[in-house]
Amino acid sequence: MGVALTRSAQWTAAGRGTRNLETTPLNEAILKEIITFVESFLYKHPQEANYAFAEPLEWKTELEPAAFGSGYAVSETTVTSEEADKNGQPLLFLSVPQIKIRSFGQLSRLLFFAKNTKLKEAQACIEANRNPIAKILGLDYNIINEINEDSALLTILDKITRDNDPESETKVKIALLLKQLDLHLLNHSLKHISLEIRLNPGTVKNDIELLKRFSGKGEQTVLESIDYTSDYEFSNGCRAPPWRQIQGEICYVLVKPHDAEILCVTCSKEGVFLNGGKTDDEGEINYERKGEIYKDLVTLLKEKSAVFSENMSKQEVRFSEEQQKEKEQLNEVPKEEEAATLRKASDVSHRSMLEKNQINRGKNLMTKRLEPSLNWKTTVDAKVKHLLRDNLEEKHGGRLEKPRPSVLPGRPQLIRKSIEKAEEVISESSSESEEDEEPPDHRQEANADLPSEYWQIQKLVKYLKGGNQTATVIALCSMKDFNLAQETCQLAIRDVGGLEVLINLLETDDVKCKIGSLKILKEISHNPQIRRNIVDLGGLPIMVNILDSPHKSLKCLAAETIANVAKFRRARQAVRRHGGITKLVALLDCGQNSTEPAYSSLYETRDVEVARCGALALWSCSKSYANKEAIRKAGGIPLLARLLKTSHENMLIPVVGTLQECASEENYRAAIKAERIIEDLVKNLNSGNEQLQEHCAMAIYQCAEDEETRDLVRLHGGLQPLASLLNNTDNKERLAAVTGAIWKCSISKENVIKFREYKAIETLVGLLTDQPEEVLVNVVGALGECCQEHENRVVVRKCGGIQPLVNLLVGINQALLVNVTKAVGACAVEPESMMIIDRLDGVRLLWSLLKNPHPDVKASAAWALCPCIQNAKNNDKLRRHLAEAISRCCMWGRNRVAFGEYKAVAPLVRYLKSSDTNVHRATAQALYQLSENADNCITMHENGAVKLLLDMVGSPDEALQEAAAGCISNIRRLALATEKARYS
Amino acid sequence: MNRKKLQKLTESLTKDCKHFNQFEVKCLIGLFYNLVGDVTERQGAVPGLDRDAFRSVLHVTFGMTDDMIMDRVFRGFDKDNDGFVSVSEWVCGLSVFLRGTLEEKMKYCFEVFDLNGDGFISKEETFHMLKDSLLRQPSEEDPDEGVKDLVEITLKKMDRDHDGKLSFTDYEAAVREQPLLLEAFGPCLPDPKSQKEFEAQVFKDPNEVSEV
Repeated sequence: MGVALTRSAQWTAAGRGTRNLETTPLNEAILKEIITFVESFLYKHPQEANYAFAEPLEWKTELEPAAFGSGYAVSETTVTSEEADKNGQPLLFLSVPQIKIRSFGQLSRLLFFAKNTKLKEAQACIEANRNPIAKILGLDYNIINEINEDSALLTILDKITRDNDPESETKVKIALLLKQLDLHLLNHSLKHISLEIRLNPGTVKNDIELLKRFSGKGEQTVLESIDYTSDYEFSNGCRAPPWRQIQGEICYVLVKPHDAEILCVTCSKEGVFLNGGKTDDEGEINYERKGEIYKDLVTLLKEKSAVFSENMSKQEVRFSEEQQKEKEQLNEVPKEEEAATLRKASDVSHRSMLEKNQINRGKNLMTKRLEPSLNWKTTVDAKVKHLLRDNLEEKHGGRLEKPRPSVLPGRPQLIRKSIEKAEEVISESSSESEEDEEPPDHRQEANADLPSEYWQIQKLVKYLKGGNQTATVIALCSMKDFNLAQETCQLAIRDVGGLEVLINLLETDDVKCKIGSLKILKEISHNPQIRRNIVDLGGLPIMVNILDSPHKSLKCLAAETIANVAKFRRARQAVRRHGGITKLVALLDCGQNSTEPAYSSLYETRDVEVARCGALALWSCSKSYANKEAIRKAGGIPLLARLLKTSHENMLIPVVGTLQECASEENYRAAIKAERIIEDLVKNLNSGNEQLQEHCAMAIYQCAEDEETRDLVRLHGGLQPLASLLNNTDNKERLAAVTGAIWKCSISKENVIKFREYKAIETLVGLLTDQPEEVLVNVVGALGECCQEHENRVVVRKCGGIQPLVNLLVGINQALLVNVTKAVGACAVEPESMMIIDRLDGVRLLWSLLKNPHPDVKASAAWALCPCIQNAKNNDKLRRHLAEAISRCCMWGRNRVAFGEYKAVAPLVRYLKSSDTNVHRATAQALYQLSENADNCITMHENGAVKLLLDMVGSPDEALQEAAAGCISNIRRLALATEKARYS
Repeated sequence: MNRKKLQKLTESLTKDCKHFNQFEVKCLIGLFYNLVGDVTERQGAVPGLDRDAFRSVLHVTFGMTDDMIMDRVFRGFDKDNDGFVSVSEWVCGLSVFLRGTLEEKMKYCFEVFDLNGDGFISKEETFHMLKDSLLRQPSEEDPDEGVKDLVEITLKKMDRDHDGKLSFTDYEAAVREQPLLLEAFGPCLPDPKSQKEFEAQVFKDPNEVSEV
C-alpha cells in the first residue's frame, strides 16, 4: 500500500508536517479497500494476524474504551488487550485518545468495534502513519523496497532460505500480502480515475453551455446565471491560467442560483469544487479549495441549491440526454489519454495477474452461492461451526441483534451448558452468517471483451430512460427475453445503469411499467451482488410500498422480489424498518376465499397466489431474530397455521419453511403447540414432496425439545412416517432433518418404544457409516437416547452398532463427539457391550477425549467413563487407566460432583481390593480428588474406603502413600466438622 | 325519452352486452344522452357522439393523449362506420373497453392497431404508432434510428411466422405469453385507476341517474 498511498492517494497540499487525506471519492475508495483487506485478514490469514509489528501503528482514535468487548482489560481511560507479544507487551493499548496497535488481528478487531466510524479510524491511522509498511515490517524491509522494488521479494526470499527463522517467514508472507494489496490499490485507483473522476475541458464546457441554456429569469429555470470568469479560451479548451492548468484546473465559473449567493466554482480534471471566491481587488481568484470535490457541476449545484435540484429534476431527462450525446462525440480524445496512462502502468499490470485470478475465483464462488441454500444444512452447519468457534465467541458476540435466552429443556445437564453457549452465538439463526460477508463488487472491466448481450441491454436501458410508457413496456418485455438467470446479463443490466431505471419505474404511476420492471428485478435478484445493489439504491422501501397496491399481481411480484433480495441481514433489516413485515403478514390473510372468479385482467391474480408470495418473502425474512418477533407480533402465526391446512405444495413449502425457521424461538414453539400445528406438520410428512417432508421434519426437530410436543408427534402418528423416511438415504438434507426429529422425539421413552416397534433402531445403526456429519450427529444422538433402555442397548449391540460408534470416537467434529461419547457411555452400562468397547480400545479413546480442548466433549467423555468404571471387572490395566482418568477429570469443573451423582465412587473404592499396586495408586489418587466433595466422602466411608486406604498408607510406593493419606485426611476432616456441628 | 322506451332499450342492450347488469346499462344510457344532449339542442336529432365529442370523453375521463390512438378507438366503437357512436355502440364498446375478457380485448386492441384495417399490423403501421415514443436525439444522423430499432425489436418479439408483419395469430400468441404486450403500440384501454373512478362515478346514485 506504500506506493499506492504516496502516488495515488490525494493529499492536501497544505505544506509539510501532518498532512491530511482529502475527502475525495478516490481516497474513500482506497480507504475502503484497505479496510476490507484488514477486516478479512483475521480470517484469511489467522497465523499472520498474530504477528507483532516492529513498531506499533499509533494515532488519535475517536473510539471510547466502552466500545471494546471481551478480550480487553478496559478502564475509564485505557484499554489493554489480553493478547500480548512474546515479551508480554499488549498488542493493543489505548490511552484516550492515543491508540497503539501492533498486530493485524487487533487492527481487524478495532475496525469491528469501530462499526460506523471505520472509515474515520482508517483515515486517522493512515494519516498518522505515513509509512505503515516500515512500521509493520521493520525498517530494513522497507529500505530494500525503496531501492529496488522488483528485486525486493527475491532479496527477502533469499534471506529466508539463509536464516530459516520462522518469524521472518511470517514477515515475508505479510510483505507479500501488503505488496498484493498495493498492486490492487494501484489498479483500483487507476480504474477509478479512468472511469469516474476524469473530467476534460470538453465535458466541462458542454455542461456549462447546457446549464446556460436552462438559465435566466423566471421560476422554471435552473439557475439565474452561470458565467466564466475569463473570456479567453486557450487552444486546449482551458480557461484557467497556465500555472493553474498544471494543477489540472480547467476553468472557473460564477454561478448564481435562485436561492443562494453567487458561487465561485473551480472545474478541474479531478472534479468540481468551490474555491475561495473572487478577491475584492482586481478580480483575482482565491484558488484554494473550500469544500468537497464533486464529480461534476450538476452534482455540486444540486447539493448547494434546492431550487436547482428541483427544477433540474424536471429538466433532467432532456439535460442528461443532451449531455450523453455530446459526451459520445467527445469521448475519443480522453480515451487516448487514458490509454497512455495505462501503458505507463503496464509494468504494474502484468504483476496483477495473480490478483485478477483471485478475483475470478471469487466470481466462481459467487456463482456457486447462487444455488439455494435455505434449509437445514445451513442450520446444522452453522451450529457445528459455532461450536468450533466457541473460543472466538467474544468477537461474534458483538454481532448479536439481541442476545437470546436459551431454551432447551430436557437435555442432560452436562451437554446443555454447551448448547447454551452455542445458541448465544447464533443470534441470527441458521444461514444468517452465511452471506453476511458482503462480497466486493465485481464490475465488468471497461476494456474487457463484452458479450453482445451487453450492448443490446445497454440499448434497451437507453429506451427505458428516454421512452414513453409504450416504448418502456416494449423495452421491458424485450429485456425479459434475455436469459436473466445468466450472470452476464444480470451484471450487464446493472453496469449500464439499468437497476436505477428499473427501480425508478417502480415509483411511477404506470402499473404496466411497474409490473414489467418487477418481472425483471425478480429474476436478476437471484444474484447476490444485484441484491446488494438493489438495497443500496433504496429499492426495498419502494417494493415494500407496492405491497399495499390494489393490484394483486403487483403485490405478488413485489413480495417475490423481496423474497429474493432479503437473503442477507441488511436487507432483512430494511424490510422490517420500512414496515414490510406487517404488510407481508397481511398478504397471508388473502388466502381464505376459496371461491374466486377467474381473473381476466392483467392486474389480477388469485388470492392464494398472493398469500403464497407473502409466505415466500416471510420465509426469507424469518432468518433474522427481530423479524421472527415482528412476524409474531403482526399476528403471523395463526395465519400461517391456517395456510397449513391447504394442500398445495407450492404454498406449504414456504409456510413450513418459515415456521421451521422461526421454531428456533421459544415463543414460536409454544405457539406451534397451541395452534395445533404439529398435527399438520405430521400430516405433511406423508406428502410426496421431499422438500416439504424435510421442512416438516426440521420443524419437528426444533419443536420436539418440548415434552408435550414429543407426545403430540406420537399421538398424531408422526413417528411411523419419520421411521420409514429413514429408509430413503439419497436426499441427505432430508435425512439430516428426519434423523434430527427422531433424535429429539426419542428423548421420550414412549416414543422410543414406538421406534423400536418400527425397527428404527436397527436402521439408525445402519446409518452410522458413510453419512455426512450432519446426519451422523443426529443418528448418534438418537441412539444415545434409545440406549438409555436396556432392551435397545441389546439391539444396538446385536446389530453391530458398538464398533461404528467406537470408530466415531476418533472424529474431530465436536457436536458429534459430544453425542458419540454419550452413546458409547450409554452402551457401556451393559457389561457385554462394555467388553466389546474395551476390546475395541474404546476406553482409551474416551480417556483421550478428556484432553479434548472443548469442555463439552471433555464433560461428555467423563460422563461416559462412569459406567465403564462400574463394569471394568478384573481387568487391572483398564481399572488403572480409568482411575487415572477420573483423577484428571476431577480437576475440571463440577466433575467431582458429577462422578458422585453418576455413582462412580462406590465401584472405584472396590478397585482398592485389586492386587495390582498400579491400580491402587491410581485409585487412591482418584479418591483423593473425589474426597474434596463431602458427599463423595460419605460414599467412600460407607463403602469401607477408610480401612482399605489405611492399609495403603503403609505402602512403599510414595505416591500411593501420599494419595491415600490425603484422602483419609479429607474424610476425617469432614467427620470432625460434622461432629463439631452436632455438639455446638 | 319516455320511461317505457328507455326500459325496452335497457333490456335489449343488457342482453347484447354481457358484462353489464341492467342497472349499469341504464346508467350508461343515461350518461350517453347526457353527453349527446348538448349537441342535440344545436342540431336537432343526432345519431350519437361524433368524433370530437367522443375523443374529449377519452381524453378527459380516461386520460388518453395520443390523437392517432384516440381516432382508432373511435373507429373501434363506431362499428357501422357512420362517423357517430350510437347508444348501442356506446354501451357495447364500453363493455369490452371496461370489462372485456382477454380475448375480447385482444381483438379490440388488434383492430385499433391495424390502422388500415387490412388484418395485419405492418412494419409501417408499427413505425407510425411508435414514432413519438422516444425522445428525439437531433444529434444523430437519423433521428428516427431509435424508433426504427424499437420497431425491429417489437417485430422480432411478436412476429412468430417471420413474414415481416403481425397477424392476429402472431399478436395473440405474443400477448398470451406476455400480457403486458396487450397494448403494445399505445394505450387504448383505460388504466385501472381511471376505470375505477369512472365506474364509481357513473354507477353511483340510482336516483340521480334515472332522473335524466
